[in-house]
Amino acid sequence: MTIERDNKRKLKIATASLAGCFGCHMSFLDMDERLAGLLEQVEFDRSPFTDIKRIGSCDIGLIEGGVCNAENVHVLREFRANCAVLVAVGACAINGGVPALRNYFDVKDCLEEAYLTGTGIANPQIPNDRELPLLLDKVYPIGEVVPIDYFLPGCPPSAAAFLQLLEPLLTGQKPAISKSHLHYD
Amino acid sequence: MMATTPGTIRIDNQEIPFTPGQTIMDAALAAGVYIPHLCHYPGLTPSGNCRLCIVETGNRSVAACITPAVAGQEIRSNTPELNAARTTITQMLFVEGNHICPSCEKTGNCKLQALAYHLGMLDDHFPQFYQRRELDASHPDILLDRSRCILCDLCVRASREADNKNVFAIAGRGTNAHLTVNSPSGKLADSAIAATDLAATVCPVGAIMIKEQGYQTPIGQRIYDRRTIRETGLQEHIDKKNDD
Repeated sequence: MTIERDNKRKLKIATASLAGCFGCHMSFLDMDERLAGLLEQVEFDRSPFTDIKRIGSCDIGLIEGGVCNAENVHVLREFRANCAVLVAVGACAINGGVPALRNYFDVKDCLEEAYLTGTGIANPQIPNDRELPLLLDKVYPIGEVVPIDYFLPGCPPSAAAFLQLLEPLLTGQKPAISKSHLHYD
Repeated sequence: MMATTPGTIRIDNQEIPFTPGQTIMDAALAAGVYIPHLCHYPGLTPSGNCRLCIVETGNRSVAACITPAVAGQEIRSNTPELNAARTTITQMLFVEGNHICPSCEKTGNCKLQALAYHLGMLDDHFPQFYQRRELDASHPDILLDRSRCILCDLCVRASREADNKNVFAIAGRGTNAHLTVNSPSGKLADSAIAATDLAATVCPVGAIMIKEQGYQTPIGQRIYDRRTIRETGLQEHIDKKNDD
């Protein structure tokens, strides 16, 4: 999947952190002064960088984090519907990552341990506000919920790896992560 | 058929000499030709169980580590098709156990991870198993986390052949296959293993680890952060204590 680009319009990028730690977003910002050059070619749509809440039609979607609750599913499907190219960014989006370590346990046991029976808990109760999205039984890689075009491994991927992903995409090429930038940690 | 005289084989059109008794893997490594492998460690008896060293000779696919070199063999190894098959095998090893790299002490020193880097693996492709397996933290110096075990049986062979002990075995079949410890309680603490044994350090993944040194070397400065598995794989060799 590559991007068609007419008359040097700026490409639209949307980003989201699902069941992640925002570390991938922080690493994206590690591009530092190279961000200035990038921003001459792209503009951000929905993203924690812009605080825009609803996604519009975009060229590139970057998803950090796996899918752990109903809201994550909703956001991810919206990104897939609106992004020409959707990229799984970081270990959690690709295989669930550290949040997926809860998949070895029943979600009920996790909630009870965290909110009822664990040590140092005052006023034990399992949060149940209607505003809170319901947890899924497991934390899923995003590729198990929607089709994904590219994967950018790393925990987090380095700023150089982000550039290796974005620079070819901006010129309508397929990105290829070099083995020297390939890390899962 | 075992060759009785020296000869040559060809791997990816490169002529490689071998001596009688050598496998395709032996000859390749001696000539500086890397064939990806996980369950093979030069110096220990090969077992041919991980299948990552799969090569093609004639119209057959064989494991290079257990197939004798035969004069005149034409072998294909570094081909897109075989590397795709190796990547699939690696992905299956990843999803079968707990191989969430950011949560593992072994990251950066892990051969499974390094091999995935070598093959350019970007995702796991298959759904994760999330199979809980018994953890053995009984030994004061050595941790056994079966959820990361890939059943390569290197520890089994290392314990028998290099340490002259018999601490490990693989029991069960199929998805029930698992590593067992030869001690009255089935725990490492009651076994003959010592932290200096090859069996305690040969594990290619984070299943058997020496305690209290997990983060002595920071992430980013570990073996496969600095070198590729191709480079290290060409230099490994174990001299058995009980070699004549």
